[in-house]
Parts: sequence; C-alpha cells; structure tokens
Amino acid sequence: MLIFTCPYCGIEADETELTPGGEAHLKRFGPGSSDEEFEGYLFNRENPKGVHFERWRHVYGCGKWFHAARCTLTLEVFGTYSAQTFEPPEEIKERIRAKRPGWKWRNFS
Amino acid sequence: MKRYSVFAVAREALRYHQGWGRAWRSPEPKKKYEAIIIGAGGHGLATAYYLGKNHGLKNVAILEKGWLGGGNTGRNTTIIRSNYLQDASAAIYEKARSLYETMSQDLNYNVMFSPRGVMMLAQTQHEIRGYKRTAHANALQGVSTEFITPDRVKSLVPIINIDGPRYPVLGALWQPRGGTARHDAVAWGYARACSEMGMDVIQQCEVTGIRRQNGQVQGVETSKGSIDCEKLGIVVAGHTGVLADMAGFRMPIESVALQALVSEPIKPCMDVVVMANTVHGYMSQSDKGEMVIGGGADGFNNYTQRGSFHHVEETVRALIETFPIISRLKMLRWWGGIVDMTGDRSPILSTTPVKNIFINCGWGTGGFKAIPGSGWAMAELMAKGHSSLTEEFGLNRFKEGKFIDESVAAGVAH
Ligand SMILES: Cc1cc2nc3c(=O)[nH]c(=O)nc-3n(C[C@H](O)[C@H](O)[C@H](O)COP(=O)(O)OP(=O)(O)OC[C@H]3O[C@@H](n4cnc5c(N)ncnc54)[C@H](O)[C@@H]3O)c2cc1C
Ligand SMILES: [Zn+2]
Repeated sequence: MLIFTCPYCGIEADETELTPGGEAHLKRFGPGSSDEEFEGYLFNRENPKGVHFERWRHVYGCGKWFHAARCTLTLEVFGTYSAQTFEPPEEIKERIRAKRPGWKWRNFS
Repeated sequence: MKRYSVFAVAREALRYHQGWGRAWRSPEPKKKYEAIIIGAGGHGLATAYYLGKNHGLKNVAILEKGWLGGGNTGRNTTIIRSNYLQDASAAIYEKARSLYETMSQDLNYNVMFSPRGVMMLAQTQHEIRGYKRTAHANALQGVSTEFITPDRVKSLVPIINIDGPRYPVLGALWQPRGGTARHDAVAWGYARACSEMGMDVIQQCEVTGIRRQNGQVQGVETSKGSIDCEKLGIVVAGHTGVLADMAGFRMPIESVALQALVSEPIKPCMDVVVMANTVHGYMSQSDKGEMVIGGGADGFNNYTQRGSFHHVEETVRALIETFPIISRLKMLRWWGGIVDMTGDRSPILSTTPVKNIFINCGWGTGGFKAIPGSGWAMAELMAKGHSSLTEEFGLNRFKEGKFIDESVAAGVAH
C-alpha cells in the first residue's frame, strides 16, 4: 500500500485516504492553441517506467491537492510537495538524483 | 511439428509419451526479417500468425522480453464477449469471438473455448436502459444478445441473490455465445502455428532501442543483438509508452495495474460468466472449480504487476451481496497485470509517425476476447497499409475528437 505524507496537514496517509489525480505539471492548452498542443494536453501522457510526478488529493483528510514524486516500477515514494508550484522542489530532485542517477522526466532531471 | 489428434494420443500412450517433441523452436535471431513483432502476448502472436496465414508474409520474428503470454495474456480472467455499443467495436470484437469458435481446429491446439454465455447484470434503472440500448445496437450489428428478466437470470444462475436489498437484479444483458477460453493455450497455440510456418518466436529477447533513418524504421536493438527489419509492429500492452519513447513519439496511454483472484476450488455451481458492473465485480468458475473473480483497475500509473490490496476487498465485498455463497471461500491466488488504458477505453490499431512502424495497444482491461480479431486486422494493416477493421481505431482519432466511447458499455474492467 502506498503511503504519502500530506505536505499540508503532515499526516502519513494510506492510499485508501487519498485519490490519485494523474500526471503532474501539465500545461493547459485551450482556445487559440494548435490542435497538436490541445491533443497533447488532453491525451498524451509521460506514463514513465520509473520516476514520475503526480497529483494526489488528501480526500479523506484535509481535502487538499498536493504533488508526489514516485517510482512506478518499485512504488518507492521520493517525497511530496505543495500543489502551488510548476516544478518539483530542488530538494526532491536531489533526492531522486541520489537514488536514480541520470533520471529524466520531461525537462526535469 | 506433429499434428495433435486422437491417434497421436493413442500412439504416444503406447510409448510412454516419449515422442511428443517440442511445440515450437527456440532459435537465435537472424540478422534481418521482413517484419518484426515486439511482444509475444496474444495480440502480437495473432498478428504474426495472420501475417503468415492471410498475407503470405512468413519471414517474421516475434520478440518477447519474458516468456510467451507472461504479460496480460496469461494473467487475464478470459471473458470473451462482443456485446459492445459502437459499430466499430462490434465489428472487431465479433470478428474475434467468431474466430474463437473455430480456433482449436484452426490451430490444431485445444484452446478450450467454452461458449457458456456471458451475463451482464442490470442492478439500477439506468443500467436497464443502457443494456436495452446495447441489445438494440447489437441486433443492428448482427451480434446475438438479448435483455433477459430476473427470473431468467435466476434460472441460469441459481446461486444468485436477485432480491438485493441494496442492488436487486433487475434484468441482464445476455450473450449466449460469449464465454471463456484457456489463456495460455491461446498464446501457445499461436506460437506453435507461427513456428510451424517458419517464423522465429524468440523469448527472453528484450527490445531496448528502435533504429530509424529518414523517418523510417531500420531495425531494433535487443538483449540478443541488433536486428534489421522492413516493418515493425509494437504490440506490448502496458509497455506501449516505453516502446513509443524508443521510437520517438508519444501515446495517449496510461499503464495501470488490474488485479484478479481465484478462490479455493469448489464443486460446480455456476456455468455462465456473470458481470456486475454497478458494484464493480465479475465472476466465473474455472474447470478446476475455482471461482475466478475480477474487479476494477487501480487509479495510478504502475509497472509492478501487482496492485493495491484494498481492491481485493472492494471487489469481493461488492460481489458478496449478489453471491452470498462466496462469503466463506478462501482466496487461493491473487495477481495483477499492467494494462494499457486509453481515454475512450477503445484500442489503438494504427500507423505511427514513423514510416513502417505499426502499433496495436490500448486494449486495456478487455483485450483477451479480441485477440484473433485484432491479429487479423493488425496483420492486414501491416501487410496492406490499411484495414476496414482498424480504420476507426487510428491514433488520429484523439486529435480529431472521433472517439469510440466504450467506457459506458465496458462498465467493469474485464
Ligand atoms: C487481471 C486481468 C484480468 C483481465 N481480464 C480480462 C477478461 O476477462 N477478458 C478480456 O478480454 N481481457 C481481460 N484482460 C485484458 C487482457 O489480458 C489484455 O487486454 C490482453 O491480454 C493484452 O494482450 P497483449 O498481447 O496486447 O499484451 P500482453 O499479453 O501483455 O503481451 C505484451 C508482451 O510484450 C512484452 N514486452 C513488453 N516490453 C517488451 C520489450 N521491450 N521487448 C520485448 N517484449 C516486450 C511483454 O513481456 C508481454 O509479454 C485482463 C487483464 C488483466 C491484467
Ligand atoms: Zn492533508
């Protein structure tokens, strides 16, 4: 079972207390964007085997959305962080570098 | 290869079964093939089989990183049905179902196809309307289904509790020629037939890179060396994103775990497949007597081939009201597979941005039933560049907004 520490209320929450919200840091494209951009935003996903960044919601707790960094191959959790950011904090990226040298996810590494 | 028959069984019985021989060769890869298929699950093997059988293309290798059918094909709960809503789906799933009827004879391999009937319970008013609509659509598509009453349900499935209290059985969508088959045998039967045609089925050969030049495929890098090919078919289910990344394009696919379990074996008590989509569970009884149970997929990306434990509880809890008989059964085995989900819950059989690379994926939680039809259609697509069965399943449908929405019709994952 996945266990995340909610960055807002600080509680260690089991997966059953949370709702997965899919890939993180999506750039939203709307009217005025190209067909490719709109399709990419709506459907195309990183879906990586390894390091991944996601949105989760502490639905049966404080109710807040947050971000999580996780490995989809081992289910190891690298850390959680605020929803109000466009990229993972340096500290989490550093932790992943130590554990997964050479990792890459979109333009983060 | 020896033909399997009653005479072969008798002959071997007289010589202590010493003469059976291997069902397929395990060759080293050649330098070059006309076509390479990545992934020896049911869909990859069926694609290769029909490339040879229908299109005379036999200089083919099927590369598998693990073992035959070790992906979702050997992990699924084997429900076969074709009662979908949209015409494009009905065409390919019914093609597949009808090919299952004769598969054992065609492959000379017993795949144990058992058209025992598939029943999808209506447990809400909304479901009644939905299934009646599907039954009407199926009538127009030439797929034989009917909407049946609770009494009929009870007479077909005596162990069912139709009175609720929370979710009474209000009727069901019944496809009498749906059923199950032996999953491994489907992979093995195709592999044997492919090998017999001179194709190379190569296990423990992982594709690690895809070589391209001028927007066209050149070959693949593998754990057994570099291999050239003229055409490449990517048929890797949950690993679609990984392979697409190697080929330099993106896919509208997410990989998640889907789980199933079986109970301890009990005496025969249910001879049809029952799906309860509102409560999200389904069940059939295997020939060994185990109750085969499945439910919904996990909600997050996963490549571990095991899912979250609480799904087991949710699935079983959902079924107990409708099947009180299972409440005291012990769980015998529990496993997961990584399924490839698309936004509209329909598969992708398509050309790709790279010339001569074709892709077959997105079968998600319900592709076992489609194996022969998918292989048939994919082979035509690879051989001729187009197929009437795959036309609407192209990658461009996401950009165009021409979805084949089966998320309602598919209901529960299976
Ligand atoms: C628990 C569960 C229950 C299910 N129940 C049903 C059901 O009742 N009815 C139904 O119709 N469907 C069901 N399904 C879905 C069905 O199993 C799949 O849709 C179907 O088996 C997919 O077949 P495939 O050949 O595309 O993929 P797979 O069988 O997964 O084959 C893909 C193969 O590609 C290989 N591969 C991956 N990467 C590489 C690489 N780099 N190099 C070489 N090889 C590679 C894998 O090892 C794998 O063997 C279920 C699935 C699961 C997990
Ligand atoms: Zn919280």
